[in-house]
Amino acid sequence: MSYVPNTEADRVAMLKAIGARDVDELFHDIPQEFRYPVLNLPPAVSELEVLRETGELSEYNLDLNHAPCFLGAGAYRHFVPSVVGHVIGRGEFYTAYTPYQAEISQGTLQSVFEYQSLICALTGMDVANASHYDGATALAEAVLMAVSVGRGKRRKVVVSPGVHPEYRAVVRTYAQGMGLTFAGEDGDPQDLSSLQQEVDAQTACVLVQNPGFLGSLGEPRELKTLAAAAHAAGALFVVTADPISLGLFAPPSEYGADIVCGEGQSLGGGLSFGGPYLGYFACKQEYVHKMAGRIVGQTVDKNGKRGFVLTLSAREQHIRREKATSNICSNQALMSLAAAVYLTAMGKNGLRQVAELCFHKAHYAAQQLAAVPGFALLSRRPFFKEFALRCPRPVAEINQYLLDEYGIIGGYDLSHDYPQLQNTMLVCVTEMNTREEIDELVEALGEVEVAE
Amino acid sequence: MNEPLVYEMSSPGRVGVSLPSCDVPQARLPQGMLRHDLPLPEVSEVDLIRHYVRLSQLNYALDKGFYPLGSCTMKYNPKVNEETARLPGFVQTHPYQDERTVQGNLFLLYQLQEFLKEILGFGGVSLQPAAGAHGELAGVLIIRAYHHSRGDSRRTRMLIPDSAHGTNPASTAMAGFETVKVPSDARGNVDLDALRGLCDGTVAGLMLTNPNTLGLFEEQVIEIARLVHGCGALLYGDGANLNAIMGIVKPGELGFDVMHVNLHKTFSTPHGGGGPGAGPVGVSAALVPFLPGPIVVRELAEDEHECDDDSCGCGEEECGCEDDEETYFYRLSMPEKSIGRVKAFYGNFGVCVKAYTYIRMLGAAGLRQASENAVLNANYLLGRLKGVYPLPYDRTCMHEFVLSGRLPGAPEIHTLDIAKRLMDYGFYPPTVYFPLIVPEAIMIEPTETESRETLDSFAEAMIQIAEEARSNPELLHDAPHSAPVARLDEVQAARQPVLTCLKS
Repeated sequence: MSYVPNTEADRVAMLKAIGARDVDELFHDIPQEFRYPVLNLPPAVSELEVLRETGELSEYNLDLNHAPCFLGAGAYRHFVPSVVGHVIGRGEFYTAYTPYQAEISQGTLQSVFEYQSLICALTGMDVANASHYDGATALAEAVLMAVSVGRGKRRKVVVSPGVHPEYRAVVRTYAQGMGLTFAGEDGDPQDLSSLQQEVDAQTACVLVQNPGFLGSLGEPRELKTLAAAAHAAGALFVVTADPISLGLFAPPSEYGADIVCGEGQSLGGGLSFGGPYLGYFACKQEYVHKMAGRIVGQTVDKNGKRGFVLTLSAREQHIRREKATSNICSNQALMSLAAAVYLTAMGKNGLRQVAELCFHKAHYAAQQLAAVPGFALLSRRPFFKEFALRCPRPVAEINQYLLDEYGIIGGYDLSHDYPQLQNTMLVCVTEMNTREEIDELVEALGEVEVAE
Repeated sequence: MNEPLVYEMSSPGRVGVSLPSCDVPQARLPQGMLRHDLPLPEVSEVDLIRHYVRLSQLNYALDKGFYPLGSCTMKYNPKVNEETARLPGFVQTHPYQDERTVQGNLFLLYQLQEFLKEILGFGGVSLQPAAGAHGELAGVLIIRAYHHSRGDSRRTRMLIPDSAHGTNPASTAMAGFETVKVPSDARGNVDLDALRGLCDGTVAGLMLTNPNTLGLFEEQVIEIARLVHGCGALLYGDGANLNAIMGIVKPGELGFDVMHVNLHKTFSTPHGGGGPGAGPVGVSAALVPFLPGPIVVRELAEDEHECDDDSCGCGEEECGCEDDEETYFYRLSMPEKSIGRVKAFYGNFGVCVKAYTYIRMLGAAGLRQASENAVLNANYLLGRLKGVYPLPYDRTCMHEFVLSGRLPGAPEIHTLDIAKRLMDYGFYPPTVYFPLIVPEAIMIEPTETESRETLDSFAEAMIQIAEEARSNPELLHDAPHSAPVARLDEVQAARQPVLTCLKS
């Protein structure tokens, strides 16, 4: 079915009206020898059949409704209140386009304005945009913005090795045509203090993740010192942060961040095998004209009634073309709506409660796992909902055992990205993990050493 | 009356969610790291739902009516797409799960890569880019990487027609290229003489939208490809307008080397009020090693054959039952000379599920039917409006066409006035003031999912507005009259930006 309502009779009448003999005549500008190629696609199916087919495909996966999961590493399983799905499932929201015509797009515009406000509340920043594609691209755009703030003269980026490895890879992809240099990634991924020595007059920005990829929280004093070093050199201090952690821990504005960005999937978004997610992005007021993406502002109509519009668009590609801050056009609007609904539903107390549940459960798991013979925590640093666990055997082997024997999806194998961290698992525990699941994991790992 | 902001609805102590109590011993919170104040609103669940339902009702949307936004392909978003993308077996999978546990996802992504390769006539596709502009950046970086891999770093210029989308020059600049504008000729095509003069050893590529943003097929596309390739450059295709040519022509066969497609335009996934979309990028065989990744590849699963045939009963490897078809193992793979990752993980998977669903339901014949009807609808509507509104390029159009809002006899009327007045007739306005080469442009794309009756009623509204423009111009200047708000003061919004409702 091609969802075409017109019948053959309609088509005949329409062709007659435009004076064309047949539909083929409309395609005469296309070189004849290339017209109407064979498309080798599987035969079309009905709605019933496509539902059956995709249903079977989806069941071919092991999904997290059927397996306790301790994977995080940038994609998190958090509780999504029912209201979120009901709001973003409304056709009035999801079948609208980018709100170019403000008068009949006030629903989208006001919800983005509220989303911007909520993100500012969470991060402590002054302004936020309507979203980026994900946490990785938000960070890449932060780098481009910092280079632009430095008028293109500062070409060095200092990056903590505690920033998500895929985010660092995306930053490099974005920057490959710009001739930037990178420094700082060789150190200890949990130690921010060594970054300071890399900051110099060429530095456009310093990138840190908090909590870091290995789960540990930055010491406030360490973070403030690093921010001060960046500012003293004229560079921007960029923090990528798990938004759920901001329900409990001090916002990056308190330790000197100029830009705060990150992955907003945790805020009401599903895991969905890696996307669609949500890149949230906020910064200080003074940099708003260099910020990429859509921004919604409040104004009034000619009768003085409050309304909302896309604003400051002189930054954007459709106006500035090659001089634009970024090429971004479509973003992740529906995911930002989900985040706004989530933050509103959670509210002042709910988000803190979620963050505390993560904290306590993760600490319970860490304590229990560290007591299993052969296992130990990598460090004693404070952490939020993830921690690195030293294991007696390669993580891949352990995870296979957990899956085959217990149906448990184990943590992330840190040796993928950090060769020095062989036999080290990044364990993630959220409010979704029950005490029984944690105890089962502990029990299963207790058998690992004796396993064949 | 204004819909209050969520902060204006907030009242201390209100709760909008119910959370479990803690089932483990509590750990000590690290003092000195905690936040003192979390200025989020406090709203009850019922107030929250009513707020967002009321907000939704302030939106115009495709589910409400005709949305002829040129270049955006606002075709109907089939509801079955939403069902399949929300299947728990898809949604509840983590991107870092063992590949053995997500073969359903990987199979679907592999199939979608293959479908798009076939539709585009290309050698490979990466589904990773999250939007059209994102796919475009990936494509331009592929062109850069290709030249560099050949030791050719002199190619610093990217040619871009003056009718191009703004993302083309913006993506080009991000990739470190200098943009060079190519003028259009009197028929709305790329000016071949000008192009010939620009093609030399410093050119990395030409970014061509075909059909172009005037809705016209580039009549000289073969010659354009010959000129571009002749100077050692590559031909980039902006796939925004793919909806005109599915099953009609394969871009790869016309000489395009790289092209992004917008799953949220051509392949019916919704726009979500501005996203999420997906912008897969396809390339010719020679460029496959440069694709952003990972992409999904498959290999014969010789050792892991599991017999599906219950009656066989072997349940094990090396079974000799008759159903012993070739089975594949699907895995993620980084192309050999990849430009790298353009986002974390593998792309907007949920959007890919919707596009997969759509292509499975249309098949080859359905896709061609979609394009044919999109082009017929556009020409029919063009036929009804030609003579009422100025038509700068009078040719058979493809899936969209561009009029001018400079109405004879109505010198005070601008395209914006016409657009706003259309709201009073119950329509979303077309794209306006783009492409830039048409003064007061009105760009109309009806898509194939609209009926003749809808096109007629839109045409009648446009004709009526043209009359009003002459007889009662104030009616247009003051429009919209029936929208939730009147025209908004954009100047004030930009001069005195109010971007949050938080008290500073």
